[in-house]
Amino acid sequence: MKKYVKVTATFDCDGDLIPEYIVWDDGRRYRIDKISDVRYAASLKAGGAGIRYTCHILGKERYLFLEENRWFVDAKQ
Amino acid sequence: MNINCAVDKNKYKKDRVILHSDCNGFYASVECLHHPEIRNKPVAVSGDAENRHGIILAKNEIAKKYNVKTGEAIWQAKQKCPDLITVPPQFDLYKRFSKMARRIYSEYTDKIEPFGLDEAWMDVTDNKNMSGKEIALEINRRIKQELGITVSIGVSFNKIFAKFGSDYKKPDAITEITRENYRDIVWNCPAKDLLYVGRATGRKLESIGIYTIGDIATADVTLLRSYLGKWGDLIYGFANGYDSSPVPHMNENSEVKSIGNSTTTPKDMVTFDDVKQVMFVLCDSVCRRMREQGFMAKTVCITVRDNELMSFNRQHTMESHTNLTKDIINAAIELFKKSYKMEKPLRSIGVSVTDFIHDDQPHQMSLLRDEKRLIQNEQLDKTLDRLKKRFGNYAVRPAVLLDDKELSDFNPKEDHTIHPVGYL
Repeated sequence: MKKYVKVTATFDCDGDLIPEYIVWDDGRRYRIDKISDVRYAASLKAGGAGIRYTCHILGKERYLFLEENRWFVDAKQ
Repeated sequence: MNINCAVDKNKYKKDRVILHSDCNGFYASVECLHHPEIRNKPVAVSGDAENRHGIILAKNEIAKKYNVKTGEAIWQAKQKCPDLITVPPQFDLYKRFSKMARRIYSEYTDKIEPFGLDEAWMDVTDNKNMSGKEIALEINRRIKQELGITVSIGVSFNKIFAKFGSDYKKPDAITEITRENYRDIVWNCPAKDLLYVGRATGRKLESIGIYTIGDIATADVTLLRSYLGKWGDLIYGFANGYDSSPVPHMNENSEVKSIGNSTTTPKDMVTFDDVKQVMFVLCDSVCRRMREQGFMAKTVCITVRDNELMSFNRQHTMESHTNLTKDIINAAIELFKKSYKMEKPLRSIGVSVTDFIHDDQPHQMSLLRDEKRLIQNEQLDKTLDRLKKRFGNYAVRPAVLLDDKELSDFNPKEDHTIHPVGYL
Protein backbone atom coordinates (compact mmCIF):
# COMPACT_ATOMS: atom_id res chain seq x y z
CA MET A 1 0.00 0.00 0.00
CA LYS A 2 1.30 3.41 -0.98
CA LYS A 3 1.88 5.60 2.02
CA TYR A 4 3.09 9.15 1.87
CA VAL A 5 5.43 9.89 4.75
CA LYS A 6 7.15 12.81 6.37
CA VAL A 7 10.90 12.78 5.79
CA THR A 8 13.70 14.82 7.27
CA ALA A 9 16.36 15.30 4.64
CA THR A 10 19.41 17.44 3.97
CA PHE A 11 21.14 18.73 0.90
CA ASP A 12 24.83 17.86 1.01
CA CYS A 13 27.61 20.09 -0.32
CA ASP A 14 27.21 18.65 -3.82
CA GLY A 15 23.53 19.51 -3.83
CA ASP A 16 22.41 15.90 -3.42
CA LEU A 17 19.28 15.32 -1.39
CA ILE A 18 19.88 12.84 1.42
CA PRO A 19 16.89 11.55 3.43
CA GLU A 20 17.86 11.05 7.07
CA TYR A 21 14.72 10.19 9.02
CA ILE A 22 11.32 8.83 8.14
CA VAL A 23 8.64 10.10 10.48
CA TRP A 24 5.59 7.87 10.87
CA ASP A 25 2.03 9.12 11.50
CA ASP A 26 2.21 8.39 15.21
CA GLY A 27 5.41 10.42 15.57
CA ARG A 28 7.89 7.53 15.57
CA ARG A 29 11.14 8.51 13.85
CA TYR A 30 13.18 5.93 11.96
CA ARG A 31 16.77 6.83 11.31
CA ILE A 32 18.11 5.87 7.89
CA ASP A 33 21.46 4.26 8.69
CA LYS A 34 22.69 3.91 5.15
CA ILE A 35 21.59 4.56 1.59
CA SER A 36 23.01 1.88 -0.68
CA ASP A 37 21.46 2.91 -4.00
CA VAL A 38 19.69 5.84 -5.63
CA ARG A 39 17.99 5.49 -9.01
CA TYR A 40 14.86 6.27 -10.95
CA ALA A 41 12.40 3.44 -10.47
CA ALA A 42 8.74 2.53 -10.45
CA SER A 43 7.01 0.77 -7.60
CA LEU A 44 4.43 -1.66 -8.93
CA LYS A 45 3.55 -2.68 -5.38
CA ALA A 46 2.83 0.78 -4.02
CA GLY A 47 1.83 2.30 -7.36
CA GLY A 48 4.03 5.19 -8.40
CA ALA A 49 7.37 6.19 -9.81
CA GLY A 50 10.16 8.57 -8.93
CA ILE A 51 13.65 8.54 -7.43
CA ARG A 52 14.11 5.39 -5.37
CA TYR A 53 16.41 5.40 -2.35
CA THR A 54 17.41 1.99 -1.04
CA CYS A 55 17.57 2.66 2.69
CA HIS A 56 18.86 0.57 5.56
CA ILE A 57 16.71 1.06 8.62
CA LEU A 58 17.15 -0.99 11.80
CA GLY A 59 19.08 -3.60 9.85
CA LYS A 60 16.42 -3.95 7.16
CA GLU A 61 16.42 -2.78 3.57
CA ARG A 62 13.49 -0.54 2.60
CA TYR A 63 12.70 1.48 -0.49
CA LEU A 64 11.85 5.16 -0.10
CA PHE A 65 10.54 6.99 -3.17
CA LEU A 66 10.64 10.68 -3.95
CA GLU A 67 7.68 11.41 -6.23
CA GLU A 68 8.10 15.01 -7.37
CA ASN A 69 8.03 16.72 -3.96
CA ARG A 70 6.47 13.96 -1.86
CA TRP A 71 7.99 10.89 -0.28
CA PHE A 72 6.28 7.52 -0.19
CA VAL A 73 6.96 3.99 0.97
CA ASP A 74 5.27 0.69 0.37
CA ALA A 75 3.63 0.10 3.74
CA LYS A 76 2.12 -3.11 5.06
CA GLN A 77 -1.70 -2.95 5.27
CA MET B 1 31.37 14.00 -74.33
CA ASN B 2 28.96 13.60 -71.44
CA ILE B 3 29.37 10.49 -69.46
CA ASN B 4 26.34 9.47 -67.54
CA CYS B 5 27.67 8.71 -64.13
CA ALA B 6 24.45 8.94 -62.20
CA VAL B 7 24.58 6.65 -59.22
CA ASP B 8 22.19 5.77 -56.51
CA LYS B 9 23.32 8.26 -53.88
CA ASN B 10 21.59 6.34 -51.15
CA LYS B 11 23.85 3.39 -51.84
CA TYR B 12 26.90 5.22 -50.57
CA LYS B 13 25.29 7.43 -47.99
CA LYS B 14 25.14 6.02 -44.51
CA ASP B 15 21.57 5.30 -43.52
CA ARG B 16 20.11 7.16 -40.60
CA VAL B 17 19.01 5.23 -37.51
CA ILE B 18 15.62 6.45 -36.37
CA LEU B 19 13.65 5.15 -33.42
CA HIS B 20 9.99 5.75 -32.75
CA SER B 21 8.85 5.02 -29.23
CA ASP B 22 5.17 4.67 -28.37
CA CYS B 23 4.02 4.27 -24.75
CA ASN B 24 1.35 1.54 -24.87
CA GLY B 25 -2.13 2.65 -23.77
CA PHE B 26 -0.33 5.53 -22.13
CA TYR B 27 -3.00 7.16 -19.95
CA ALA B 28 -4.47 3.82 -18.93
CA SER B 29 -1.02 2.36 -18.17
CA VAL B 30 -0.14 5.30 -15.93
CA GLU B 31 -3.48 4.94 -14.12
CA CYS B 32 -2.97 1.20 -13.66
CA LEU B 33 0.49 1.81 -12.25
CA HIS B 34 -0.98 4.17 -9.67
CA HIS B 35 -3.95 1.95 -8.82
CA PRO B 36 -2.66 -1.58 -8.23
CA GLU B 37 -6.19 -2.62 -7.20
CA ILE B 38 -7.54 -2.23 -10.76
CA ARG B 39 -4.43 -3.35 -12.61
CA ASN B 40 -5.82 -6.77 -13.48
CA LYS B 41 -9.20 -5.50 -14.60
CA PRO B 42 -10.40 -3.87 -17.81
CA VAL B 43 -9.66 -0.17 -17.39
CA ALA B 44 -10.28 2.86 -19.57
CA VAL B 45 -9.52 6.51 -19.07
CA SER B 46 -12.51 8.53 -20.20
CA GLY B 47 -13.76 12.09 -20.34
CA ASP B 48 -16.54 13.44 -18.18
CA ALA B 49 -19.88 12.00 -19.35
CA GLU B 50 -21.89 14.70 -17.57
CA ASN B 51 -20.20 17.38 -19.62
CA ARG B 52 -20.74 15.27 -22.74
CA HIS B 53 -17.06 14.46 -23.02
CA GLY B 54 -17.79 10.84 -22.27
CA ILE B 55 -15.52 9.10 -24.71
CA ILE B 56 -12.77 6.57 -24.19
CA LEU B 57 -9.36 8.28 -24.25
CA ALA B 58 -7.23 5.20 -23.60
CA LYS B 59 -7.66 1.63 -22.49
CA ASN B 60 -5.48 -1.07 -21.01
CA GLU B 61 -4.65 -4.38 -22.68
CA ILE B 62 -7.44 -6.24 -20.87
CA ALA B 63 -10.06 -3.75 -22.11
CA LYS B 64 -8.57 -4.02 -25.57
CA LYS B 65 -9.40 -7.74 -25.58
CA TYR B 66 -13.07 -6.78 -25.24
CA ASN B 67 -12.64 -4.63 -28.36
CA VAL B 68 -13.01 -1.38 -26.41
CA LYS B 69 -11.87 1.35 -28.77
CA THR B 70 -10.37 4.78 -28.23
CA GLY B 71 -12.83 7.47 -29.27
CA GLU B 72 -16.03 5.52 -28.69
CA ALA B 73 -18.66 6.57 -26.16
CA ILE B 74 -18.46 5.13 -22.65
CA TRP B 75 -21.86 3.46 -23.03
CA GLN B 76 -20.72 1.72 -26.22
CA ALA B 77 -17.59 0.47 -24.48
CA LYS B 78 -19.63 -0.76 -21.51
CA GLN B 79 -21.93 -2.70 -23.81
CA LYS B 80 -18.92 -4.67 -24.98
CA CYS B 81 -17.33 -4.86 -21.55
CA PRO B 82 -19.85 -4.43 -18.70
CA ASP B 83 -17.13 -4.65 -16.04
CA LEU B 84 -15.08 -1.89 -17.60
CA ILE B 85 -13.67 0.48 -14.97
CA THR B 86 -13.52 4.05 -16.18
CA VAL B 87 -11.30 6.60 -14.50
CA PRO B 88 -11.05 10.35 -15.16
CA PRO B 89 -7.90 11.65 -16.84
CA GLN B 90 -5.10 13.28 -14.86
CA PHE B 91 -3.22 15.20 -17.51
CA ASP B 92 -0.63 16.64 -15.14
CA LEU B 93 0.36 13.13 -14.16
CA TYR B 94 0.63 12.05 -17.81
CA LYS B 95 2.75 15.10 -18.59
CA ARG B 96 5.08 14.15 -15.76
CA PHE B 97 5.47 10.63 -17.13
CA SER B 98 5.99 11.98 -20.62
CA LYS B 99 8.80 14.16 -19.29
CA MET B 100 10.33 11.17 -17.49
CA ALA B 101 10.31 9.17 -20.74
CA ARG B 102 11.96 12.03 -22.62
CA ARG B 103 14.64 12.27 -19.95
CA ILE B 104 15.53 8.66 -20.74
CA TYR B 105 15.50 9.29 -24.51
CA SER B 106 17.78 12.29 -24.04
CA GLU B 107 20.51 10.04 -22.67
CA TYR B 108 20.89 8.51 -26.14
CA THR B 109 20.49 11.51 -28.44
CA ASP B 110 19.67 15.19 -28.45
CA LYS B 111 17.55 14.79 -31.58
CA ILE B 112 14.13 14.04 -30.15
CA GLU B 113 10.81 14.96 -31.68
CA PRO B 114 7.76 14.42 -29.50
CA PHE B 115 4.53 13.40 -31.22
CA GLY B 116 1.91 14.00 -28.58
CA LEU B 117 2.62 13.06 -24.97
CA ASP B 118 3.17 9.39 -25.55
CA GLU B 119 5.20 9.14 -28.73
CA ALA B 120 8.56 10.43 -29.87
CA TRP B 121 11.05 10.02 -32.66
CA MET B 122 14.75 9.86 -31.93
CA ASP B 123 17.61 10.08 -34.38
CA VAL B 124 20.40 7.94 -32.89
CA THR B 125 22.60 7.84 -35.99
CA ASP B 126 25.44 9.62 -34.17
CA ASN B 127 25.45 7.21 -31.24
CA LYS B 128 28.63 5.27 -31.95
CA ASN B 129 28.49 2.94 -28.96
CA MET B 130 25.28 1.10 -29.59
CA SER B 131 23.20 -0.05 -32.54
CA GLY B 132 19.63 1.18 -33.01
CA LYS B 133 18.24 -2.12 -31.81
CA GLU B 134 20.46 -2.15 -28.73
CA ILE B 135 19.29 1.35 -27.83
CA ALA B 136 15.67 0.33 -28.39
CA LEU B 137 16.09 -2.70 -26.12
CA GLU B 138 17.69 -0.62 -23.40
CA ILE B 139 15.03 2.11 -23.59
CA ASN B 140 12.30 -0.53 -23.49
CA ARG B 141 13.83 -2.09 -20.36
CA ARG B 142 14.46 1.22 -18.63
CA ILE B 143 10.96 2.57 -19.25
CA LYS B 144 9.59 -0.58 -17.66
CA GLN B 145 11.85 -0.30 -14.63
CA GLU B 146 11.81 3.45 -14.16
CA LEU B 147 8.27 4.35 -15.22
CA GLY B 148 6.46 1.07 -14.65
CA ILE B 149 4.83 1.11 -18.10
CA THR B 150 5.69 -0.47 -21.46
CA VAL B 151 6.71 0.93 -24.82
CA SER B 152 6.76 -0.39 -28.36
CA ILE B 153 9.67 0.83 -30.42
CA GLY B 154 10.21 0.86 -34.16
CA VAL B 155 13.76 1.04 -35.50
CA SER B 156 14.32 2.05 -39.09
CA PHE B 157 16.12 4.28 -41.56
CA ASN B 158 13.37 6.89 -41.74
CA LYS B 159 10.67 8.32 -39.51
CA ILE B 160 7.71 6.82 -41.36
CA PHE B 161 8.95 3.23 -41.14
CA ALA B 162 10.09 3.74 -37.55
CA LYS B 163 6.55 4.84 -36.66
CA PHE B 164 5.18 1.88 -38.61
CA GLY B 165 7.49 -0.39 -36.60
CA SER B 166 6.25 0.87 -33.25
CA ASP B 167 2.63 0.20 -34.33
CA TYR B 168 3.41 -3.18 -35.89
CA LYS B 169 3.82 -5.17 -32.68
CA LYS B 170 2.23 -4.08 -29.42
CA PRO B 171 2.55 -3.98 -26.48
CA ASP B 172 6.11 -4.10 -25.20
CA ALA B 173 7.85 -4.97 -28.46
CA ILE B 174 10.63 -3.89 -30.77
CA THR B 175 10.36 -4.09 -34.55
CA GLU B 176 13.20 -3.36 -36.88
CA ILE B 177 12.34 -2.29 -40.42
CA THR B 178 15.41 -2.44 -42.60
CA ARG B 179 16.10 -1.86 -46.29
CA GLU B 180 16.20 -5.64 -46.59
CA ASN B 181 12.88 -6.47 -44.91
CA TYR B 182 10.58 -3.49 -45.53
CA ARG B 183 9.05 -5.00 -48.64
CA ASP B 184 8.17 -8.18 -46.71
CA ILE B 185 6.87 -6.46 -43.59
CA VAL B 186 5.54 -3.04 -44.56
CA TRP B 187 4.28 -3.71 -48.04
CA ASN B 188 2.00 -6.56 -47.01
CA CYS B 189 0.10 -4.41 -44.53
CA PRO B 190 -3.14 -2.54 -45.30
CA ALA B 191 -2.74 0.94 -46.76
CA LYS B 192 -4.35 2.49 -43.67
CA ASP B 193 -1.38 1.37 -41.56
CA LEU B 194 0.76 4.00 -43.25
CA LEU B 195 1.03 7.34 -41.45
CA TYR B 196 -1.38 9.83 -42.99
CA VAL B 197 -3.54 7.32 -44.77
CA GLY B 198 -6.77 7.91 -42.89
CA ARG B 199 -10.23 6.52 -43.51
CA ALA B 200 -11.09 8.95 -46.32
CA THR B 201 -7.79 8.43 -48.16
CA GLY B 202 -8.10 4.69 -47.58
CA ARG B 203 -11.53 4.67 -49.25
CA LYS B 204 -10.24 6.66 -52.23
CA LEU B 205 -7.35 4.24 -52.61
CA GLU B 206 -9.63 1.24 -52.44
CA SER B 207 -11.77 2.73 -55.19
CA ILE B 208 -8.78 2.46 -57.52
CA GLY B 209 -7.83 -1.00 -56.35
CA ILE B 210 -5.09 -0.05 -53.89
CA TYR B 211 -5.35 -2.03 -50.68
CA THR B 212 -1.87 -2.48 -49.28
CA ILE B 213 1.14 -0.26 -48.67
CA GLY B 214 2.89 -2.32 -51.33
CA ASP B 215 0.10 -1.36 -53.76
CA ILE B 216 0.81 2.31 -53.01
CA ALA B 217 4.54 1.81 -53.45
CA THR B 218 4.18 0.13 -56.81
CA ALA B 219 1.33 2.28 -58.14
CA ASP B 220 1.78 4.84 -60.86
CA VAL B 221 2.49 8.04 -58.94
CA THR B 222 0.59 10.13 -61.49
CA LEU B 223 -2.50 8.03 -60.80
CA LEU B 224 -2.11 8.66 -57.06
CA ARG B 225 -1.60 12.35 -57.71
CA SER B 226 -4.69 12.58 -59.85
CA TYR B 227 -6.81 11.14 -57.01
CA LEU B 228 -5.11 12.62 -53.97
CA GLY B 229 -3.29 15.71 -55.19
CA LYS B 230 0.03 16.37 -53.45
CA TRP B 231 -0.81 13.68 -50.86
CA GLY B 232 -0.43 11.17 -53.67
CA ASP B 233 3.25 12.04 -54.08
CA LEU B 234 3.71 12.11 -50.35
CA ILE B 235 2.32 8.68 -49.54
CA TYR B 236 4.05 7.22 -52.58
CA GLY B 237 7.33 8.45 -51.12
CA PHE B 238 6.41 7.22 -47.63
CA ALA B 239 5.53 3.73 -48.92
CA ASN B 240 8.84 3.46 -50.77
CA GLY B 241 10.92 4.53 -47.78
CA TYR B 242 11.98 7.84 -49.35
CA ASP B 243 11.05 9.95 -46.32
CA SER B 244 14.07 12.04 -45.38
CA SER B 245 12.48 14.49 -42.95
CA PRO B 246 14.88 15.17 -40.10
CA VAL B 247 14.34 14.70 -36.39
CA PRO B 248 15.06 18.18 -35.00
CA HIS B 249 17.28 18.88 -32.02
CA MET B 250 15.36 18.83 -28.78
CA ASN B 251 16.05 22.47 -28.02
CA GLU B 252 15.00 23.68 -31.45
CA ASN B 253 11.51 25.08 -31.18
CA SER B 254 9.43 22.97 -33.45
CA GLU B 255 7.80 25.13 -36.01
CA VAL B 256 4.22 25.90 -35.07
CA LYS B 257 1.92 25.50 -38.06
CA SER B 258 -1.45 26.22 -36.52
CA ILE B 259 -3.09 27.18 -33.26
CA GLY B 260 -6.58 26.05 -32.47
CA ASN B 261 -9.16 25.31 -29.81
CA SER B 262 -12.36 23.35 -29.95
CA THR B 263 -15.02 22.37 -27.49
CA THR B 264 -17.94 20.04 -27.02
CA THR B 265 -20.48 22.16 -25.20
CA PRO B 266 -22.41 20.89 -22.14
CA LYS B 267 -25.64 21.33 -24.12
CA ASP B 268 -26.33 21.62 -27.84
CA MET B 269 -26.00 25.01 -29.51
CA VAL B 270 -29.39 25.67 -31.03
CA THR B 271 -29.32 29.29 -32.15
CA PHE B 272 -26.78 31.42 -33.88
CA ASP B 273 -26.33 33.41 -30.66
CA ASP B 274 -25.31 30.22 -28.86
CA VAL B 275 -22.65 29.60 -31.49
CA LYS B 276 -21.49 33.20 -31.32
CA GLN B 277 -20.88 32.96 -27.58
CA VAL B 278 -18.78 29.83 -27.90
CA MET B 279 -16.91 31.31 -30.87
CA PHE B 280 -16.01 34.34 -28.75
CA VAL B 281 -14.45 32.17 -26.07
CA LEU B 282 -12.57 30.00 -28.56
CA CYS B 283 -11.29 32.93 -30.65
CA ASP B 284 -10.19 34.77 -27.52
CA SER B 285 -8.12 31.78 -26.46
CA VAL B 286 -6.67 31.20 -29.93
CA CYS B 287 -5.69 34.87 -30.31
CA ARG B 288 -4.12 35.09 -26.88
CA ARG B 289 -2.06 32.01 -27.60
CA MET B 290 -1.09 33.41 -30.99
CA ARG B 291 0.01 36.74 -29.47
CA GLU B 292 1.92 34.97 -26.71
CA GLN B 293 3.89 33.08 -29.32
CA GLY B 294 4.44 36.18 -31.44
CA PHE B 295 2.48 35.19 -34.54
CA MET B 296 -0.02 36.75 -36.90
CA ALA B 297 -2.24 34.54 -39.04
CA LYS B 298 -3.91 34.96 -42.38
CA THR B 299 -6.22 31.93 -42.51
CA VAL B 300 -9.05 31.07 -40.14
CA CYS B 301 -10.53 27.57 -40.06
CA ILE B 302 -13.69 26.40 -38.34
CA THR B 303 -14.78 22.88 -37.50
CA VAL B 304 -18.46 22.22 -36.93
CA ARG B 305 -20.12 19.05 -35.68
CA ASP B 306 -23.86 18.61 -35.35
CA ASN B 307 -25.76 16.52 -32.84
CA GLU B 308 -25.79 13.58 -35.23
CA LEU B 309 -21.99 13.74 -35.30
CA MET B 310 -21.77 14.89 -38.90
CA SER B 311 -18.90 17.33 -39.18
CA PHE B 312 -17.19 19.61 -41.67
CA ASN B 313 -14.33 22.11 -41.87
CA ARG B 314 -14.24 25.43 -43.67
CA GLN B 315 -11.46 27.93 -44.02
CA HIS B 316 -11.12 31.52 -45.07
CA THR B 317 -8.05 33.51 -46.00
CA MET B 318 -8.17 37.10 -44.84
CA GLU B 319 -6.83 40.14 -46.68
CA SER B 320 -3.86 40.56 -44.39
CA HIS B 321 -2.18 38.92 -41.42
CA THR B 322 -3.61 39.71 -38.02
CA ASN B 323 -3.62 38.60 -34.41
CA LEU B 324 -6.42 40.88 -33.26
CA THR B 325 -9.17 39.04 -31.44
CA LYS B 326 -11.81 41.17 -33.11
CA ASP B 327 -10.59 40.33 -36.61
CA ILE B 328 -10.45 36.60 -35.93
CA ILE B 329 -13.87 36.57 -34.27
CA ASN B 330 -15.41 38.45 -37.20
CA ALA B 331 -13.76 36.16 -39.73
CA ALA B 332 -14.81 33.00 -37.87
CA ILE B 333 -18.40 34.16 -37.43
CA GLU B 334 -18.72 35.25 -41.05
CA LEU B 335 -17.32 31.95 -42.19
CA PHE B 336 -19.76 30.10 -39.99
CA LYS B 337 -22.72 32.14 -41.26
CA LYS B 338 -21.77 31.37 -44.84
CA SER B 339 -21.30 27.66 -44.18
CA TYR B 340 -24.13 26.68 -41.86
CA LYS B 341 -27.76 27.67 -41.48
CA MET B 342 -28.43 26.00 -38.14
CA GLU B 343 -30.29 23.14 -39.80
CA LYS B 344 -29.44 20.94 -36.85
CA PRO B 345 -28.31 21.78 -33.32
CA LEU B 346 -24.54 21.69 -32.89
CA ARG B 347 -22.58 19.61 -30.46
CA SER B 348 -19.11 20.99 -30.93
CA ILE B 349 -17.21 23.69 -32.76
CA GLY B 350 -13.57 24.54 -33.19
CA VAL B 351 -11.56 27.50 -34.41
CA SER B 352 -7.99 27.45 -35.60
CA VAL B 353 -5.66 29.85 -37.35
CA THR B 354 -2.81 29.09 -39.67
CA ASP B 355 -0.60 30.64 -42.36
CA PHE B 356 1.62 32.46 -39.86
CA ILE B 357 4.20 35.20 -39.98
CA HIS B 358 6.06 36.53 -36.96
CA ASP B 359 4.43 39.64 -35.56
CA ASP B 360 7.65 41.66 -35.85
CA GLN B 361 8.00 40.78 -39.53
CA PRO B 362 7.12 43.53 -42.04
CA HIS B 363 3.84 42.78 -43.74
CA GLN B 364 1.55 44.30 -46.30
CA MET B 365 -1.05 46.62 -44.78
CA SER B 366 -4.37 47.31 -46.37
CA LEU B 367 -5.12 50.67 -47.91
CA LEU B 368 -8.75 50.33 -47.03
CA ARG B 369 -8.34 49.62 -43.35
CA ASP B 370 -8.58 52.21 -40.66
CA GLU B 371 -5.05 51.98 -39.27
CA LYS B 372 -5.83 54.22 -36.31
CA ARG B 373 -8.58 51.85 -35.26
CA LEU B 374 -6.19 48.95 -35.74
CA ILE B 375 -3.70 50.41 -33.29
CA GLN B 376 -6.49 51.03 -30.79
CA ASN B 377 -7.59 47.41 -31.05
CA GLU B 378 -4.01 46.23 -30.63
CA GLN B 379 -3.70 48.25 -27.44
CA LEU B 380 -7.04 46.94 -26.23
CA ASP B 381 -5.93 43.32 -26.79
CA LYS B 382 -2.62 43.93 -25.05
CA THR B 383 -4.37 45.46 -22.05
CA LEU B 384 -6.87 42.61 -21.84
CA ASP B 385 -4.06 40.05 -22.12
CA ARG B 386 -2.25 41.71 -19.22
CA LEU B 387 -5.39 41.83 -17.08
CA LYS B 388 -6.19 38.17 -17.73
CA LYS B 389 -2.62 37.14 -17.06
CA ARG B 390 -2.62 38.96 -13.77
CA PHE B 391 -6.14 38.38 -12.49
CA GLY B 392 -7.19 35.22 -14.31
CA ASN B 393 -9.17 34.29 -17.39
CA TYR B 394 -12.49 35.50 -16.05
CA ALA B 395 -11.29 38.95 -14.91
CA VAL B 396 -12.54 40.73 -18.03
CA ARG B 397 -15.13 39.30 -20.36
CA PRO B 398 -17.23 40.67 -23.18
CA ALA B 399 -20.87 41.18 -22.22
CA VAL B 400 -22.02 38.73 -24.88
CA LEU B 401 -20.64 35.89 -22.75
CA LEU B 402 -23.01 36.67 -19.90
CA ASP B 403 -26.04 35.52 -21.91
CA ASP B 404 -25.66 31.84 -21.21
CA LYS B 405 -22.92 30.93 -18.82
CA GLU B 406 -23.46 27.24 -19.35
CA LEU B 407 -22.13 27.66 -22.85
CA SER B 408 -19.45 30.26 -22.26
CA ASP B 409 -18.02 29.28 -18.89
CA PHE B 410 -14.93 27.44 -19.97
CA ASN B 411 -11.31 28.29 -20.41
CA PRO B 412 -9.84 26.65 -23.48
CA LYS B 413 -6.52 28.44 -23.05
CA GLU B 414 -5.74 26.72 -19.77
CA ASP B 415 -7.68 23.55 -20.46
CA HIS B 416 -6.19 23.06 -23.88
CA THR B 417 -3.45 20.60 -23.43
CA ILE B 418 -2.38 17.86 -25.56
CA HIS B 419 -2.42 17.47 -29.26
CA PRO B 420 0.18 15.75 -31.33
CA VAL B 421 1.84 18.38 -33.43
CA GLY B 422 1.28 17.92 -37.15
CA TYR B 423 3.98 15.88 -38.74
CA LEU B 424 4.04 17.89 -41.93
